[in-house]
Amino acid sequence: ASPALGLTGKPSGFSTDAEPNSLKDITNYNNFYEFGTGKEDPARYASALTTDPWSVEIGGLVERPGSYGLEDIAPDNELEERIYRLRCVEAWSMVIPWIGVPLASILNRVGVQPSAKYVAFETLVRPEEMRGQKRPILDWPYREGLRLDEAMHPLTILATGLYSDPLPNQNGAPLRLVVPWKYGFKSIKSIVRITLTDSEPFATWNALQPREYGFYANVNPQVDHPRWSQATERKIGGGLFGGRQETLMFNGYADQVASLYEGMDLSRQF
Amino acid sequence: MRQQVNGLLRRVPVWTVWLAGLLPLTLLLWDTLTGGLGIDPVRDIEHRLGRTALYFLIASLAVTPLLRVAGVSLMKFRRALGLLCFTYAGLHVLSWLSMDMSFLWAQMGRDIIKRPYLLLGMTGFALLAALAVTSNNASIRHMGAGAWRRLHKLVYVAAPLVALHWILALKTFPVTPGFWLLVILALLGLRVAIPRPLARKRQIA
Repeated sequence: ASPALGLTGKPSGFSTDAEPNSLKDITNYNNFYEFGTGKEDPARYASALTTDPWSVEIGGLVERPGSYGLEDIAPDNELEERIYRLRCVEAWSMVIPWIGVPLASILNRVGVQPSAKYVAFETLVRPEEMRGQKRPILDWPYREGLRLDEAMHPLTILATGLYSDPLPNQNGAPLRLVVPWKYGFKSIKSIVRITLTDSEPFATWNALQPREYGFYANVNPQVDHPRWSQATERKIGGGLFGGRQETLMFNGYADQVASLYEGMDLSRQF
Repeated sequence: MRQQVNGLLRRVPVWTVWLAGLLPLTLLLWDTLTGGLGIDPVRDIEHRLGRTALYFLIASLAVTPLLRVAGVSLMKFRRALGLLCFTYAGLHVLSWLSMDMSFLWAQMGRDIIKRPYLLLGMTGFALLAALAVTSNNASIRHMGAGAWRRLHKLVYVAAPLVALHWILALKTFPVTPGFWLLVILALLGLRVAIPRPLARKRQIA
């Protein structure tokens, strides 16, 4: 990364007091298939991505659709530091100090129409800079979605920074979603489009393997991935014999988010 | 030419195969001790051991087709190749038990029964173990050549299982293990396509 201006975010009560992983861990162990399927591929190849200029097309059921710049979405003076646990669907985890803004703040600014029920997100498609997109590994563009109440939840943020740096490319620069109680793949990277809809949006992994990846993808130790257990996880950075830790319901955020899913059978709507 | 190659091979002692075969392990130890493994060393150790085991399995499967197709005999090295495969497979399983699963026996037990990729891997490993413990002259004498040969045909089952184990452990289209599965099927196919010369002669006579 260039010696860009540092970022500072106001401390937040939503942060965990767990020890964050090192910047080296967080920037060298990534799932970002746009740059290849290997965990090291994003660190190796993501520097090819141009992130400036960047704009996000916000549309659908909103009052003020349009093209928004980063400064509109995440103004410097609104940035917060959010130290969140990240649980990957592959049963590993990290703790990451993000810098960003609540997604709700920009949604409120563009004005959500009363008929909107979901938010759809889309990643950039630029195969000449994102070499993984030259092969049909996934159905590009990568797309994800949230229910509106999930999107408006104060834990849900759009991140533009990591530690005190602008977001490194391999972590989803310049703007990514972070939903800490869901498996990592829901937290879509390098967002270029946000669309408010009235029906459940397309979600890439869910569409690829609906039996394995649900639309909700809430972290849930009781609902296993068909091919591996989700009961425990291995924390990255623990060394050779760091062991496994129990996976927590909603990744430890149950107090804040469990009420969103009251009355739902989470083993069916997983 | 073929005779020259075979003559040369006859003079190569088996221990050189062992020495060369333990190089990947030495490199892995080196990388582990010097921090050359990257952010998740547990995964790297586990995967490298597993991949190396598969490569030796394929090498041991290739010995017979190579003899039948090219007339080049690596037969005297085959036991070493098989035992090297089992050495890496054993270390692969051990790294899973210890570093990955940190001896959570109950979860491992449940997982093996429930997860196709673990069930396939463990079945493959059990088959390879049966072959490894009988890979000595005493076992051949004790069992008789016919029974021993029948037992060791289990490698035809173990090899595809191991490749499938790798394929099912991945999230997306399995390019690399898919390729190796095709290689294994091709090697097995060659055995059918080109039968044992001995058996052919017996048929003619």
